[in-house]
Amino acid sequence: MEYEAVIGLETHVQLKTRSKMWCGCANEFGAPPNTHVCPVCLGLPGVLPVANDEALRLTVLTGLLLHCQIPGRAKFDRKNYFYPDMPKNYQITQYDQPSTANGWVEFEFAGGLARVRITRAHLEEDVGKSFHFERHSGVDFNRAGVPLLEIVSEPDLRSADMAHAYLTAMKDILVYGGISDCDMEKGMVRCDVNVSVRPRGETKLGAKIEIKNMNSFSGVRRALDYEIPRQIAVLEQGGRLAQETRRWDDPAGITEPMRSKEDAHDYRYFPDPDLMPFEPVEAWLTEVKARVVELPLARKQRFIHDYQLPAGNAEVFKNDVPLGDYFERVARQSSNPKSIANWVINNLRARLAEGTTLAGLKFRPGSLIELVALVEAKTISTSAAQQVFAEMFDTGKAPAQIVQERGLAQVSDASAIEQFCDQAIAAHPGPAADFKAGKAAALNFLKGQVMKLSRGKANPSLAGEVLERKLKP
Amino acid sequence: MLNRLTIADLADRLARREVSSRDAVQACLDQIQRVDGELHAFLHCDADAALAQADAADAARRPHAAPAGRPLLGVPVALKDVIAVRGQPLTCGSRILEHFIAPYDATVAARLKAAGAILLGRLNMDEFAMGSSTENSGFGVTRNPWDTSRVPGGSSGGSAAAVAAHECIAALGSDTGGSVRQPAAFCGVVGLKPTYGCVSRYGLVAFASSLDQIGPITKTVRDAATLMQAISGHDPLDSTSVPRPVPDYAAVLTGDVRGLKLGLPREYAAVGGLDAEVRQAVDAAVKHFQSLGAEVVEVSLPHAEYAGATYYIIAPAEASANLARFDGVRYGLRVEGADPLEMYSRTRGAGFGAEVKRRILLGTYVLSSGYYDAYYLHAQKVRTLIRRDFLQAFEQVDAIVTPTAPTAAFKIGEKTSDPLQMYLADIFTVSCNLAGICGVSLPCGFTANPKLPIGLQLLGKPFNEATLLRLAHAYEQTTPWHREIAPLG
Repeated sequence: MEYEAVIGLETHVQLKTRSKMWCGCANEFGAPPNTHVCPVCLGLPGVLPVANDEALRLTVLTGLLLHCQIPGRAKFDRKNYFYPDMPKNYQITQYDQPSTANGWVEFEFAGGLARVRITRAHLEEDVGKSFHFERHSGVDFNRAGVPLLEIVSEPDLRSADMAHAYLTAMKDILVYGGISDCDMEKGMVRCDVNVSVRPRGETKLGAKIEIKNMNSFSGVRRALDYEIPRQIAVLEQGGRLAQETRRWDDPAGITEPMRSKEDAHDYRYFPDPDLMPFEPVEAWLTEVKARVVELPLARKQRFIHDYQLPAGNAEVFKNDVPLGDYFERVARQSSNPKSIANWVINNLRARLAEGTTLAGLKFRPGSLIELVALVEAKTISTSAAQQVFAEMFDTGKAPAQIVQERGLAQVSDASAIEQFCDQAIAAHPGPAADFKAGKAAALNFLKGQVMKLSRGKANPSLAGEVLERKLKP
Repeated sequence: MLNRLTIADLADRLARREVSSRDAVQACLDQIQRVDGELHAFLHCDADAALAQADAADAARRPHAAPAGRPLLGVPVALKDVIAVRGQPLTCGSRILEHFIAPYDATVAARLKAAGAILLGRLNMDEFAMGSSTENSGFGVTRNPWDTSRVPGGSSGGSAAAVAAHECIAALGSDTGGSVRQPAAFCGVVGLKPTYGCVSRYGLVAFASSLDQIGPITKTVRDAATLMQAISGHDPLDSTSVPRPVPDYAAVLTGDVRGLKLGLPREYAAVGGLDAEVRQAVDAAVKHFQSLGAEVVEVSLPHAEYAGATYYIIAPAEASANLARFDGVRYGLRVEGADPLEMYSRTRGAGFGAEVKRRILLGTYVLSSGYYDAYYLHAQKVRTLIRRDFLQAFEQVDAIVTPTAPTAAFKIGEKTSDPLQMYLADIFTVSCNLAGICGVSLPCGFTANPKLPIGLQLLGKPFNEATLLRLAHAYEQTTPWHREIAPLG
């Protein structure tokens, strides 16, 4: 029997705010333990939470980017459980009235577009971090109270690769929106996975198994690559699967049981009486809506459509936003955006990698347009253009000036080219004979020689034509 | 006998430099020295620190200059041990916080300091404000200054007893279901429960967050108005505090109540266990109001009878989460265990008293999966109905009159074996917190033998403390009760 996996993801993302969710402490990674703490985030007796408005804005902005509904009323609830890293022994979260609901995310997968429904993106608080030493444990509360967004997907994912593609797309969106830096190394993104398997064609869901403790997207993929075959094997051997929570052991590359349904927590959610329900007003919403950015996929599709770019180039500009923005600034004024894209990706990007920034470029954007126009008009050859670009990058001189100073104008004069061709054929009788004997590739060698003799100025296609004519039987 | 003065009189004599704050604080310290061994209203009082504050206040009072905006300059005020004052103990009457020192100021503490008050010490209470007699304190019972074999009421029993015994000029308590008003009634002083959202809760250790309010306990209505002026108003640190201007409370104390309408709830006439002397005193008070020109009508609060049941679901539910932070991990008592769970159990087992444990269990139960709808959700719906009852009644009347408690102060130990009997002591007060309205208790007479104070409760519209104060003041100024001094006073 053939099986399919049904996967839903819960993604926790730390929001990019200056201060924590309920107090003024800095939201900053990497400070010495317990230096970003105060009575509020330590849960001292008598303190009260005050909601961080920027966190609320970023939550709603996320909802807008994920095509969610923004309910007129959201509230905060207490999720009760004891854990040493949780100062109040309850976590403030949004239980049944989240800030956003019912959206979707679209991303490229398996040669097409995949759409995954988003159940909700809700706001909650992060907890502290436990450290275990030889004889005792310690807790760092710097992270306690950092605003955390939980993005819950519907069980629309069908494979480990698809889950990976979803997470990558989600990360791109959140980085684009300025919602989170999504730095995995700093624990800014964490995932829980719900996965079940069922015979293909079956509509009922199998027993839901939750996997925790993956700390990278590839960890999610590897955990699913392990867990899906494990579940299928259990069913194929006539076994039964029961709802449980499993833990991913990354070094060992396996999942192992953590707790069964019977041991599941009763979190005793109830509305937090310390916080008023949140009802966004129109002006506030308008402000958030103004921060909606173009989604990564839309940008890529627009680049392909508007500038006739190959998907690969558009992908580069999707991933490198400043470079793409630079391209667009230039391309809008150019009649040949495709060539601009090639120059930006193949030449400019390589030189930028050496340490120059876009803001520090010596040449004007117009120079790139001029360079492409010179090539297009066959004033200079593509190889001469390489020289022009190099000098333009180094000195900021205009291409026309460089061409003139270095005498790089292309030779299209037939008699001059005839001469170079004759010289090339005479100097290389072997390849000439090869071409005559039917080895078409030999022509390229001879063409190269003509370019060499002309110091790159000969019009290459003209040279090809002349050579071909001369060598024809 | 400076300790016997009201805020108004002391502030007046301080302003005229007839007396010093040091003298006033010393008078309170002497009285504490004299009576608190028996009374046990104070859990902590640092005499040197209090005198140092007094000296600073005296120094701040420049000759012939009224201290602008510091109406409490040099006035000794004591706080219930559930309100944080930086550098002072904050035990909440619980062993679990026995050695805890608050590292920050509650908003009300900061406001009292800004107004110039001397924060004299910490007052006893039922553990985490759970109780009606102060017998649930982890540090021993407080006695009633009118009869030391009796309770002072609770949970702010220490606050009411200290004011009644003139150990301080005024005090703050907290009121979740009557914890300011009922002890004020038992001790013959004035206790005001402000409208929810009127006074910041920041720095008040939460019992039931949606019901808790800090309120003044004072010798006179005018003093309650003065303290309200100092502590109320919007606080950005408390999301439930309401941004609205604070009225001039003193300005309404005109003595004129003509034309005001008082409502008598029909349902309360039928309450069982209402003491005959209490009933008589309240009836007489109503007549007195009529003689002052107020109108009296009957009103109906049809859901009043469910207030107790509703309260004992909502308050413990919130408390079960609020008290979860006392786990031995970061502060307070810790009893070691083999793993965190064992440490939690041992710490909380040893640190919490029986009533606190009972309410945590109750609250945990009513929030549990499968019971939530039947208990917590249902209680919230009833709460809405109770609030609606009051708001409807307030369309007809300016205030509602009831007894504060069904009886005068009861004997220590009389109700400790029966929690349900104890809960009935709150029968007239809890609905005020559920409805989020304001209420005040003031002396309206005494029982004959033994002589014990009786409290009259006035309930008012949301954010209409001014009307309550006006009514209470007019009554007080035309009756003798507030001038009586307790045997231990």
